[in-house]
Amino acid sequence: MKHPYLRYLRPENVPTVFCPGCGIGIVMKALFQAFDELGYETLEEFVFVSGIGCSAWIPSPHILADSVHTLHGRAIPVATGIKLVKPDLNVLVIGGDGDIAGIGGNHLLHAARRNMDLMVIMINNQVYGMTGGQLAPTTPYGMKTTTTPYGNPEEPMDTCDIVASAGANYVARWTVGHYLQLKDAFKKAMEKQGFRFVEAVSQCPSRVSSRIGLSPADHIKYYLRNSVDIRKAEELLPEERMEKIIVGEYVDRNKPGYLEKIKMVMRR
Amino acid sequence: MSKVEIDNRLLKPGVYFMRGNDASVEGALIAGCRFFAGYPITPSNEIATLMSRRLPQVGGIYMQFEDEIGSIMAVLGASNGGVKSMTATSGPGFSLMQEAIGLAAMTETPAVIVEVQRGGPSTGLPTQVGQGDVMQVKWGSHGDYEIVAYLPNSPQEMFDMTIKAFNTAWRYRVPVVVLSDQMIGHMREKVVVPPYEEIEIVERRRPEESPEEFLPFSNKYLIPPMAVAGEGYRIHVTGLAHNEKGYPTTDYETVRKLVTRLVRKIRDNERDIAEYEEFMADDAKLIIVSFGITSRSAKKAVRDARSKGLKVGLFRPKTAWPFPYWRLQELTNNGADVLVVEINMGQMYRVVREHVRSSEVYNMPLTPGACPSPEDIYKKIEEVYPR
Ligand SMILES: Cc1ncc(C[n+]2csc(CCOP(=O)(O)OP(=O)(O)O)c2C)c(N)n1
Ligand code: SF4
Ligand SMILES: [Mg+2]
Repeated sequence: MKHPYLRYLRPENVPTVFCPGCGIGIVMKALFQAFDELGYETLEEFVFVSGIGCSAWIPSPHILADSVHTLHGRAIPVATGIKLVKPDLNVLVIGGDGDIAGIGGNHLLHAARRNMDLMVIMINNQVYGMTGGQLAPTTPYGMKTTTTPYGNPEEPMDTCDIVASAGANYVARWTVGHYLQLKDAFKKAMEKQGFRFVEAVSQCPSRVSSRIGLSPADHIKYYLRNSVDIRKAEELLPEERMEKIIVGEYVDRNKPGYLEKIKMVMRR
Repeated sequence: MSKVEIDNRLLKPGVYFMRGNDASVEGALIAGCRFFAGYPITPSNEIATLMSRRLPQVGGIYMQFEDEIGSIMAVLGASNGGVKSMTATSGPGFSLMQEAIGLAAMTETPAVIVEVQRGGPSTGLPTQVGQGDVMQVKWGSHGDYEIVAYLPNSPQEMFDMTIKAFNTAWRYRVPVVVLSDQMIGHMREKVVVPPYEEIEIVERRRPEESPEEFLPFSNKYLIPPMAVAGEGYRIHVTGLAHNEKGYPTTDYETVRKLVTRLVRKIRDNERDIAEYEEFMADDAKLIIVSFGITSRSAKKAVRDARSKGLKVGLFRPKTAWPFPYWRLQELTNNGADVLVVEINMGQMYRVVREHVRSSEVYNMPLTPGACPSPEDIYKKIEEVYPR
């Protein structure tokens, strides 16, 4: 029997290019389940835009829908351009932590501030996976990467915190271990207006798990053990907070999105 | 009540007194531009300012971005959404756009960039003239690709060439630059808007096949028809080397065909695309090559030389790329020498030297910040005129 989610994939480009055990596959499955549960038989109403990186390869060349695979960090402005001229399409950006929060961080910040009508999925594997596992802006303090052989002296950014305070309508973080919550966050984000941001903390077996001596499954378990619900996180001291992965919804509101706001100023 | 009346208010045919940058905006709207994204930079600002007022009046969208990279990327997004789109910038902003220009060339996404040159390098002379981006406009992004750059020398040409830029971009599926300069951009002069039926407007060629049969990057064509997002074609656009379906590939033969086509679609059509103006060049013993603001001084210098009995002519490329070298070769076949006058240290000079081998090619290296006067050029003519 054919897998039901194969209908969302370009048959020529299956199997996918991802390494065995990579968390990206789990994110893809959760996304497809979200489409399925929302009743999308095809993805004609969607346009996918991505930058450069392993995570950016989810839509391109895999998802069977209009997709534009752009430059490292620049998916959000391309998605903005498409959304503004094709407001009826659901525009979804998918990318890695380096792509979305690192090199593309300024676009992320401003799209959130504008509450641009886009949904962004950021896969946070704490490194630049595609290029060999280098330091990313999300790499935990002290972690060894290809380019921090003595440990990372920098503090990571809490991208969700920044995007929420910049003005996004919906912001949530889950790990791939929280599969159902992640899938539900995708569903919820897909149905909303304005800027929606879902971060998926995900293992990179090739560049991270193997380096720290974890199997992919153990890495997921590690994420689960180290996660703390956002409602409980407030009780933690800043040092304790830094050690943890905060999961849950950072914000869920219904401010008018950018398209609505253009109409509002034109009417005034 | 809406604050903005959307009534397709394009500039009516007639005679106007207009600033170059404003003429570019009105030309763009007549050409069908309905999306503009930009970031403030002198001396191109008037374009964004007027666009922000005019685009909503014709049902289009204007947006200021967080930087020039975001601006050009949004333009490429809108273009892939099927809307004619453009941005405007100057030196530093143009430098930031280079990676995206390569993406546009690779993905065959049409776009128009009006670059109003200022003095460089770096922040340079923000408010003063320069013509130092002749090489950058062609070679600014990495890898091999071909694009087109127009060289307006009047507000009228800012209008005409912006329309042409849209036509060329959407006909050949390439990014096209209107390479203006601070003086042409800020100059006010007569601009004639001809009757609309006399203005050629090119639209993208759409696929004839069904989405199942359509090969978006088919080598059957030099310029494949273009499907856009939301039309059911499930377009797959990528800056990676791709096969005819648009999917990534590292197959040598497939990549060879792609890159060859990207280059050939302009090179094979260079004589259709390139434009030039000649002034008293036929019998000239010395031909001045000059473009943009300097070509206006050069023309006066040619007249002055002729009145003194010197056989001097002007060859003005109206496109920097493709460069109309064949005509310059014809004009110099009889042994005429060439003097290149441009506000840089010798950029078009190199191009001219590449193509004119049989006679002397002189240049007049000029640093940015001022346009040479006709007298300055005349002095140089006297110095190099073949006796
Ligand atoms: C302008 C530019 N700089 C650098 C690169 C090289 N590069 C390719 S992927 C990548 C990092 C991707 O990291 P991330 O976005 O976290 O994605 P991941 O591979 O981890 O999923 C980099 C730096 C590039 N393609 N373009
Ligand atoms: S390098 Fe890491 S992130 Fe990329 S596919 Fe392999 S495991 Fe996944
Ligand atoms: Mg990453």
